[in-house]
Parts: sequence; C-alpha cells; structure tokens
Amino acid sequence: MSAADFKPHPDLPPPKFQTGWVKWLRDNLFSSPFNTFLTIVSVYLLYLSLPWVLQWAIFEASWTGTTRAACETADGQPRYGIGACWVFISVRFNQIIYGFYPPELQWRPNVVAILLIGLLTALLLKGVKYKQWIGAFTLIGFPIIAGILIHGGIFGLEVVETDRWGGLMLTLILSWVGIVASLPIGTVLALGRRSQMPIVRTCSIVYIEFWRGVPLITVLFMASVMLPLFLPEGTEFDKLMRCFIGIVLFQSAYMAEVVRGGLQAIPKGQYEAADALGLSYWKKMGLIILPQALKIVIPGIVNTFIALFKDTTLVYIVGLIEMLHILQVAGRDSEWIGFDTEGYVFAAVMFWIFCFFMSHYSQNLEKKLHTGHKR
Amino acid sequence: MVENSNTPPSTKPPWHRDPIIRGYIYQTLLIAAVIAFGYFIFNNTLYNMEKRNIKTGFEFLSSEAGFGILFSLIEYDESFSYGRTFVVGLLNTILVSGLGIVFATLLGFIMGIARLSPNWIVAQVAKYYVEIFRNIPLLIQILFWYSIVVKLPSARKSLAVGDWLFLNNRGFYIPAPVFEEGFGIVLGALLVSIIAVYLLTKWAKRQQEATGEQFPTFYVSLGILIFVPGLVFFIAGSPLSWSMPALKGFNFRGGASMIPELMALLIALTVYTGTFIAETVRAGIQAVDHGQSEAAHALGLRQGLTIRLIIMPQALRVIIPPLTSQYLNLTKNSSLATAIGYPDLVAVFAGTTLNQTGQAVEIIGMTMAVYLSLSLTISVFMNWYNKKIALVER
Repeated sequence: MSAADFKPHPDLPPPKFQTGWVKWLRDNLFSSPFNTFLTIVSVYLLYLSLPWVLQWAIFEASWTGTTRAACETADGQPRYGIGACWVFISVRFNQIIYGFYPPELQWRPNVVAILLIGLLTALLLKGVKYKQWIGAFTLIGFPIIAGILIHGGIFGLEVVETDRWGGLMLTLILSWVGIVASLPIGTVLALGRRSQMPIVRTCSIVYIEFWRGVPLITVLFMASVMLPLFLPEGTEFDKLMRCFIGIVLFQSAYMAEVVRGGLQAIPKGQYEAADALGLSYWKKMGLIILPQALKIVIPGIVNTFIALFKDTTLVYIVGLIEMLHILQVAGRDSEWIGFDTEGYVFAAVMFWIFCFFMSHYSQNLEKKLHTGHKR
Repeated sequence: MVENSNTPPSTKPPWHRDPIIRGYIYQTLLIAAVIAFGYFIFNNTLYNMEKRNIKTGFEFLSSEAGFGILFSLIEYDESFSYGRTFVVGLLNTILVSGLGIVFATLLGFIMGIARLSPNWIVAQVAKYYVEIFRNIPLLIQILFWYSIVVKLPSARKSLAVGDWLFLNNRGFYIPAPVFEEGFGIVLGALLVSIIAVYLLTKWAKRQQEATGEQFPTFYVSLGILIFVPGLVFFIAGSPLSWSMPALKGFNFRGGASMIPELMALLIALTVYTGTFIAETVRAGIQAVDHGQSEAAHALGLRQGLTIRLIIMPQALRVIIPPLTSQYLNLTKNSSLATAIGYPDLVAVFAGTTLNQTGQAVEIIGMTMAVYLSLSLTISVFMNWYNKKIALVER
C-alpha cells in the first residue's frame, strides 16, 4: 500500500456536548450541582423581580397628563406599586433642571451647557489639536464665562440672584467649582505633605486628616452656621458661597491625597535628575514632577469628581434647592403626595447616567495612561 | 564679582540662598500666618457671639433638653439634659453603623465572590448590582427606601412570617429573648466550652506538627460548643423565653422592633457600602497570583484548603486596609440619617440641640470631634495592622 492510497477518514464532528450553546450552558451555568442550584435560584429570583420592575417603570406607568388624576385608577386610588407616575416629573421638569431660574433667561445656562458639551467633546475626541490649551481653558477660562453668563451683572446681563439657582444646574455648578477650586489647593497641600520642612509637613497633615476625618454634612453645617461667626462683622456671604467654601475646604483634602499618590508614583530618578540639573524647588516641581504626576492622577481626579458629584446632594440639608430638594418639596405638595418615590427614582437615574459614564471614562483613561513609569 | 576676579569665589552661598536658613524663614512665616489666622478667627468669633448674645461654654450640657427623641437605646425623656441627648445620638449612630458594617460586609463579600463565580448568571447579577448602586448618591437611596418603607401596609395588615416576624409602616418586629434567672450558668458553660475549644485547637496543631496526625478539630469543637451549653441549658430548666410581638389595638406590643427610619437607613447604607466592599474583595482576590493556587493544587491541597490556607491570607492583606476605610465611610455616611429623621448624633445633637441652644461652636466642635477621634483611632489601628501583616521580604 503506497502513501497515495492513504485516505484519512474525514474529521468526526466534536461531541454534541462540547460545542455551541450546549457547551456554554454546561460550562457556565451547570458545571456542578452547586452551580446548578445557584442558577435555578437566580433565574427564579429574576423571574420574580424583573417583569415587575419593567411593568412598574414602563408598561403600566402613567406617561401623559398634567394632574394627579392621570396617576390614579378610575375610583381615585393612587396606583402605588402598580405603575409609576412619570407625570409627576414632567410637570416639574423645568424646576428640576433650572430651579427657580427665570424662564425668560434660561437661554444663558443653556449656552453654558452647550459650551461645556463642546469643550468636553473636543477633549474626548482623538486627533483634536491644542488639547492642553482647550483643557486649560475648560479649567480656567470656562468657569469665568459660565459665572458671568449665569449670574449676570456685567455686559448688560440681568442679575440672577444665587437663591434662584437650583436643580440639576446647581448640582453641576457646585461640583464643577468644587473640583476646579480644590485642585490647586490640593496640589499645594500634597507638596506640603511631602516637604522636607517639618512644620510645613505637620500643618499639611493636620489639615488633610482633619477634613478627611469629618463627614461632609458636619462641614456644611459648620459652613452655614459657624462661618458668619468667624468673619469680621459686615462680611456677608450668601448661602451658596458658604456651601462653596465648605465644599472646597473638604474637597481639597481629598484632592491632596490623590495628588500625593501621583507624586509618590514618580520614580526617584526624576527628582534626582532635576536636582542634578540645579533646578530650584519650584522649577523642579513645576517643570519636571507635577506635569508627570498630574497626568498620572487624572483618573483619580475624575473619581474624586464623581464622589463630589454624588456628595453635592447633601447641600439640600443646608437649604440649597438642588435637584433632590426640588423633588422632595414637590413630593410634599398635597396634590402629588405619595409620588416622591418616582422623584427619587428619576434623580437616581439622572445621577446614575452621569456617574456611570464618568467612571467608564476614567477607567479608559487609566488604561490609556498606563503606559509609562512602569518598572 | 567682576572687580575682584582674582580671589576665588566663596563656596558658601549668601545667607538668603542657604536652603537651611530659607527653610527656617519659611516655617517661621507659616507659623506666624497660622497663628495670626487663628487669632483673627478667634477674635471675630468672640466678638460676634457677644454681639448676638450667644452664650459660651459647656454649661448647657447639664440643662434640661425639653424635647423628645423618636428612638433611644437608653432611658430618655424630655426632662433629661442636653448632655444626655449627646449620648443618645452617639449610641444611635453607633447602633446603625455597627449593624450597617455587619450587613454590608456580608453583602459585599457575597457579591465580591459572586462576581468571580464561574456561574455566568451569578456573576452578571453581582456585576449589575455593583454598577447600579455604586453610581447612585447615598442620600437618594436613603430617601428612596424611606419613601417605600412608609408606604408599607398599616399595622393591621402587616406582612407576616408565621407568628414571629411582622413588617408594617410602623417598623419591623421580631421576637426578643427574655433571659430568666439561671441563664448566667448557661453563659458560663458557653465560656468554659469556648476556652476548651481554644485549648483543643492548640493541642491539635502541636500534635499535627509533632506527628503529622490530624485530629478532627472542627467537628469535635462544634460538638463541644453545641452539646455542653445545651446540656446545661436543659439542666438549668430552660431559663430563656421569647417575647412575641402581637397586635394590641393599633400597634404591636412585645418583641424587639426596628423603626422605619432605621430600616430605611440600614438598607441604604448596606446596599451602598456593599458595592464598594464587593469591589474591594474582588480586587483583593484577583491580586493573588494565579501561580499561588496552582502551586497549592500541585502540593495536593484540596480546593477548600487552597482558599483557606493560600488564597485568603494573601487576599486579606490587600482587602483589609480599604475595607477599614469603607467601614469608616459608612460610619461617616450614617450622618445622612438627619435627612429622614433617624435620631443619630448629627440629627439630634447638631440639629435639635443646636437649634434650641444656638451654641454652634461648641456643638459642631463636639460632633466633629466624635467623628474625628473615631477616624483617627481607625487609621492608627490600620497603620499598626499594615505593619503587622506587611510582606516580610528578604
């Protein structure tokens, strides 16, 4: 028999249980008796909960109308637990977004929002030139423009007092200002904490550990109750300004720890090389260390931003009318009583969208920036 | 420099360039600035308080409070002092944080391990749980659960499990143990058997190291722990009964109850902190090199032993420091209780007591001091622990 006569038998198909979805099921859901048990229990629990959630939030919910009657059954009973009452949100929608900002002037925050979206898109897209200038403008120039537009008072813009600011707009302003103002303070504190000078170091540590050790709510209480006592007579701050001060004091301590992480991650050789070149302390930090350190900690800064963004909900406790406060007050309205749950679900969804995308952005950045400095 | 270029330049820099002297100058300036700032604040505060007729000092702590508190672990009514309101608030904070830490740890560990489960559906459920609840502000979650808890059926239409558990809009009711005379003996027996188990474990370990023989420590210990106190319990005539919650009129009497505010706060804190603990646990387990478990298997250790002896000790090294800071966060976050009126330290003391006395500086100072000392204690402990378990390298 020559080699030419040899005809290999065609390959047999793989065993039925080792391919396709059957294999996937066996591997992932039924690999052991315990796993099978877990699968059955989870599927049963999902079967109990998911259809109900969908039914409540979408299929049985009341979407149209302007009065409470839209959310009630024919005999005037509220439909708690059966269908959500999104009408409650839609009638208050303008307040939820803008607070009590005068409707005829709402184009101003809108312009700011469009500008912000434009800047952020420019920062996120690949291949845009002069990114560092856009970034610097977003951090420094943009807040000034936004402040002028929203508050008014210059260029013939009508002044809108801060007690009329509210809703989602206020939430965004608070967290934005909190981050922009706390970044430089935090950087200085981080440098102080790593300083050679014992007194500078001690002062920084005391400041950082103090603010990190107390809950934000007591800081806000302090800012709103005690700040007027601390300052000389005649210096009056409005509520918003006091909250800003509280938030920045608190947030800069957290920011300092983030920046310190970056400073510690820079290899020692960089410090030594800068010293060997004869650079002064500030030149060494400003030209060599901080540019690298701040780049590393961008994801950390975004994470702090997310935490601050979630924490801004607390300002309602000291009486600012941000989104949650509006929804809570709306829920106490006698016409809409009992529909506050829908308000909280709506607020949760809004916050979730912002936080989820920001955290994914920071995770992507982390991956992208995770190239250098690995030894 | 140009005129006398013949002489070599002095190697010593002028005094204002000397880094040591500069350091002294900067630090002196900093101290001066801090003291001046402190003096400025102190002076202003004294002046402003005098002007607004605000009293200073801590005398208010002993005067009568005159307001009621929804829920207290110790005896309290309107006639007690402001100092007592501080203690009531503090105990309520400790209660909700303690319970929250226990439940959040359980939920977090279960979900963290579930995310790494080979079971696809379990891993997905855990993933969605973490992604959803981590990204919603805690305050919204607290208000959300509270708005649901108050919509529960009234006491007469309670949701019930048998005759033991009742859930309604007044709270959650469970049977409470009533210790009768003679229960001390049972506790004593329990203590004796715990000591016995401890000694047995030590003996078994020594035995194994000396001879290689294993002793079934677990089952014998379990037997001792159940059998000895159980026997004493029946000999002493079952000195324990249960106080059952029962509907009397419009509300439940008897048993132990949990007010709706506490329930909502506890659910929210548990669910929120649980997500962070789950991430910590997952990161910790993933941080253990795969080679470690392969090596353990190669040595012939079973899966359970691999996890207990190889993976967990190394994972805990990574898990425990962030876990402690999560506990700290939970305790600080429990101050949000004030939003739904659960009488914790901030709501009672920095809320009602502050409003009644107006002594903001003392009260906010005391409240902050409580949280601050708590977090400093925990971070001191954490540093000690970190040093203790730090990897000992060559």
